[in-house]
Amino acid sequence: MANGTSPANSAPGARPPVLSIERASRRFGDVVAVDRVDLAIGQGEFFALLGESGCGKTTLLRMIAGFELPDEGRILIDGQDMSRTPPYDRPVNMVFQSYALFPHMTVAHNVGYGLRQEGMARSERDDRVAEVLSLVELSALAKRKPHQLSGGQRQRVALARGLAKRPKILLLDEPLGALDRKLRERTQFELMALQARTGTTFILVTHDQEEAMTMSNRIAVMRAGRIHQIGPPRQLYEYPNSRFVADFIGSANLLMGEVVGMEAGVVRVRLQSGGQTVAIEVEAGVSFPTGQSVTVMVRPEKMEAGRQAFGGPNELTGEVVDIAYLGDLSIYHVATAGGIKVQVAMANRQHRQGKPLERGEGVHLAWHPSDAVILTE
Amino acid sequence: MSRDNPHASHAGRRLVAGVPYLWLLVFFLAPFAIVFGISLSKARFGVPPYEPLLQNGEVMAQWGNYAFLLEDPLYLTALLNSIQIATTSATICLLIGYPMALGIARAPDRWRSPLLLAVILPFWTSFLIRVYAWMGLLKNEGLINSLLLALGIIDEPVQMLQTGFAVHLGIVYSYLPFMVLPLYATLERMDLSLLEAASDLGARPWRAFLTITLPLSLPGVVAGFLLVFIPAVGEFVIPELLGSSRTIMIGKVLWTEFFNNRDWPLASALAVAMLLLIVAPLAWLESMRVRRRGAAR
Repeated sequence: MANGTSPANSAPGARPPVLSIERASRRFGDVVAVDRVDLAIGQGEFFALLGESGCGKTTLLRMIAGFELPDEGRILIDGQDMSRTPPYDRPVNMVFQSYALFPHMTVAHNVGYGLRQEGMARSERDDRVAEVLSLVELSALAKRKPHQLSGGQRQRVALARGLAKRPKILLLDEPLGALDRKLRERTQFELMALQARTGTTFILVTHDQEEAMTMSNRIAVMRAGRIHQIGPPRQLYEYPNSRFVADFIGSANLLMGEVVGMEAGVVRVRLQSGGQTVAIEVEAGVSFPTGQSVTVMVRPEKMEAGRQAFGGPNELTGEVVDIAYLGDLSIYHVATAGGIKVQVAMANRQHRQGKPLERGEGVHLAWHPSDAVILTE
Repeated sequence: MSRDNPHASHAGRRLVAGVPYLWLLVFFLAPFAIVFGISLSKARFGVPPYEPLLQNGEVMAQWGNYAFLLEDPLYLTALLNSIQIATTSATICLLIGYPMALGIARAPDRWRSPLLLAVILPFWTSFLIRVYAWMGLLKNEGLINSLLLALGIIDEPVQMLQTGFAVHLGIVYSYLPFMVLPLYATLERMDLSLLEAASDLGARPWRAFLTITLPLSLPGVVAGFLLVFIPAVGEFVIPELLGSSRTIMIGKVLWTEFFNNRDWPLASALAVAMLLLIVAPLAWLESMRVRRRGAAR
């Protein structure tokens, strides 16, 4: 797994895919917004499309909803090819970034709008509206108009409206973007609880990696219209398959080097700057040819810094150039003897023992061979 | 000069806001008071053609002219006729103007300005000339009849000029931009993600139009309708030039009273009555709207 060659593209085995996207592309003029994307999402998943603005994640979401039709490729919902099906005939619903609540209708009418289009009988409709409104704890506000609600309440109306038709998939386009920080954190957990309770497949679009990691069970990292890696949050963080993903999810120390040897599941890499040789454990069966250029990725919290040499296989020396004290932990910016800048995050547990490192001090850096990842892309 | 003197800038702002009110006072309220005064006096031969209200220190006001308006059915007929013609014309304007406004509002960005310009382009030619041009088109020896005759579609000219049809046509043609512009303004402002949301929730395009676009554009519909209806009720030039003597509209009657019969007091009474009949319901509607909005808050 260490080199990220895992078959990341299949949904977890037990769940039949509720959505399959096969080599779907969407172009706007010369710009390829979505570029031959393959994706399978299982029933009941909470899936996140993560990427910076302009990476194509929203276009991909709009293709699932039916607002954009693929220029090539197919989109299957519950096994049915819906590539050309208009939005009003797809069994998916969307929570818009702007919420797009109908300003001339009450909360109850907004939520019941989709059911009315279905031709559901009045009494049944009223029951369903009451049910989803209680699900999002808005029963008391059913008769209000959207402009009489707070931002958080509007967001919940949008959510209730999206869930009212019991869609196979609920699409959420940056649903927390308009909320302030406190409310956003609380809503994250409410969304997860709601997803668990309804069993609906959620597909979330976000640029916020923390949000994606908190809520979803699988994440697809997108850039320039392509999916770079798909996997559970832990896998993306611990075993990114490219420098881009390593850098995008959390922070990463990326050390360039060249493979100089390999024995018994341990790869030796000579770093480009400084020339030290470091050892990285890899999974059985994974091998690298001698002479290949690679990047060694070490997460800041997996590195240690100290005044004494550690005596392990991976050791660098350097000087502390900056310290960010965050309370629970401190982040030390260290310039190595080889001229690379790395970050070391250490928990501030031992405030009684020893003097903390200071700026300008010479330090030794070390990490365990199994805590680094070799990246080739 | 007022940058370092907030009082002066405040006064300046007041002055700017006051100008329109001054304008209304001088050119609307004062003339209205004068016309109202004349409507209470009696007609006579001479200059001016009415008796002064103040004679020997006595106010000689009387309501006789208003009573006469109710006695002679001509005025009521003319008024009802005018309202009927204005209503029909405004409705036709709405039916033609709504798709136009929607089309322009939903057109690609670079097309919107030229299309809007095309809507207001007729204003660059005199209104009178354009109505005369319609006479040329509609008359028995006119362009349309000649064309239809030449093509063998008709055997003899169709009487179009001096009919109710021509009056409606003239009003619809002349006032269409007043319908399109306010409609465009509301439709263009509309958040298009609302339509996507409707579609996402299962509404076909036509349903989405009826349940979202149309209700949200109602303020534009009302504004456009009034902007066509109000001037159309008092329209004089179009029925005079395109209509027949049987097309009796209140504007024409007003003209006849003033300039043919030279009965200024009666004409004034008619003008005042007309104004009240049109403005009063509108003011009431507006106050209802404000009250409803206040209640919603």
